[in-house]
Amino acid sequence: MSVYLNLIWSYLKIGLFGFGGGYAMLSLIEREVVGPGWVSEKMFTDIVAISQMTPGPIGINSATYIGYAVPAEAGFEGWWWGVLGSLLCTLVVVLPSFLLVAYASHFITRHRESAVIKGVFAGLRPVVIGLIASAALLLMNEENFGTTTSDIIKSTCMCAGAFVLVYFARLHPILVIVIAGVAGYILY
Amino acid sequence: MRNNIYWQLFSSFFKIGGFTFGGGWAMISLIEKEVVDRHGWIDREEFLNQLAIAQSLPGILAVNISVAVGDKLKGMRGSICAATGTIILPFLIILAIAIFLTPDLIKNNETVSAIFKGIRPAVTALIIAPVLTSAKSAGISWKTLWIPVVVALLIWSKLPWISNPILFIILGGAAGYFFHCRRGLKKSRKEDRS
Repeated sequence: MSVYLNLIWSYLKIGLFGFGGGYAMLSLIEREVVGPGWVSEKMFTDIVAISQMTPGPIGINSATYIGYAVPAEAGFEGWWWGVLGSLLCTLVVVLPSFLLVAYASHFITRHRESAVIKGVFAGLRPVVIGLIASAALLLMNEENFGTTTSDIIKSTCMCAGAFVLVYFARLHPILVIVIAGVAGYILY
Repeated sequence: MRNNIYWQLFSSFFKIGGFTFGGGWAMISLIEKEVVDRHGWIDREEFLNQLAIAQSLPGILAVNISVAVGDKLKGMRGSICAATGTIILPFLIILAIAIFLTPDLIKNNETVSAIFKGIRPAVTALIIAPVLTSAKSAGISWKTLWIPVVVALLIWSKLPWISNPILFIILGGAAGYFFHCRRGLKKSRKEDRS
């Protein structure tokens, strides 16, 4: 039992204090799950690698995987205990979002016409654009673009090609991802 | 069924969740396409406001955005449909991997890693595209261009304390409040004189 309560408590904390989304949350997740020794450092690295290769937010991916793996390590036999852990962790990690985001957007809709809210959002818009741009800059690293010259050239071409397809040709982003995957398979 | 708004929310976010690689920001161009262009549920400016809310609050960015859009359209039920759509496929995929495969099998699979070598740089492009479309719709001019540029570079710099999205959200909100109120004061003074 206590295994489940500990898992719930940890993922509640991750949901409540994980600011910045995605990889910014990684260090918090690591502290919460590797710290108490539920999963090893190697397994955590594996989970991150798998998260990068499967769709979905890394917070959800890690909650699902760790929620499944921890009860088994604690001696619960049978896959259903793991599925229960997965469900609990995933639910708990998203719960704070529902309450906080829903409350915040109600508040803002109610005061939509107020000068303060209008002013604040006018000031936020250029900042948010900067935040999106920084996410793109942060992804242009060795892990995503490769280390050898030929890899970097190929990656840059892929990036430029994807940009043309999505921005100028207005293709659906999902189609662009599929094309990029096929191109990667052929090129490498 | 097809015209049911809850079903549309679920299926749109199902697609978005199923094709998000590389974190919440990579979702933005998918969400923009589905929510703003295809269904016209919200306009671009509203979308930027919601991104600001989603980023300022704790939690998983992708889930926060789904809750914000779903809530805007259909309240609590809408947000549950949207968030479930985002989560369900990633949840099932990871669960299947956890039950049936060992991590090493996927990590060392050459086909999978070749495919992802192609996808990762493309995802970067998918994040650059909404930067440009949002800049247009937010009315960024040569005068205000420095703000997103400086914010992006400072976060990218990874300097301790400065490289923090929350810091810039607070600064941007405070600056917007300050300028808006000052403009309001000037206007009322002008009206007093006339």
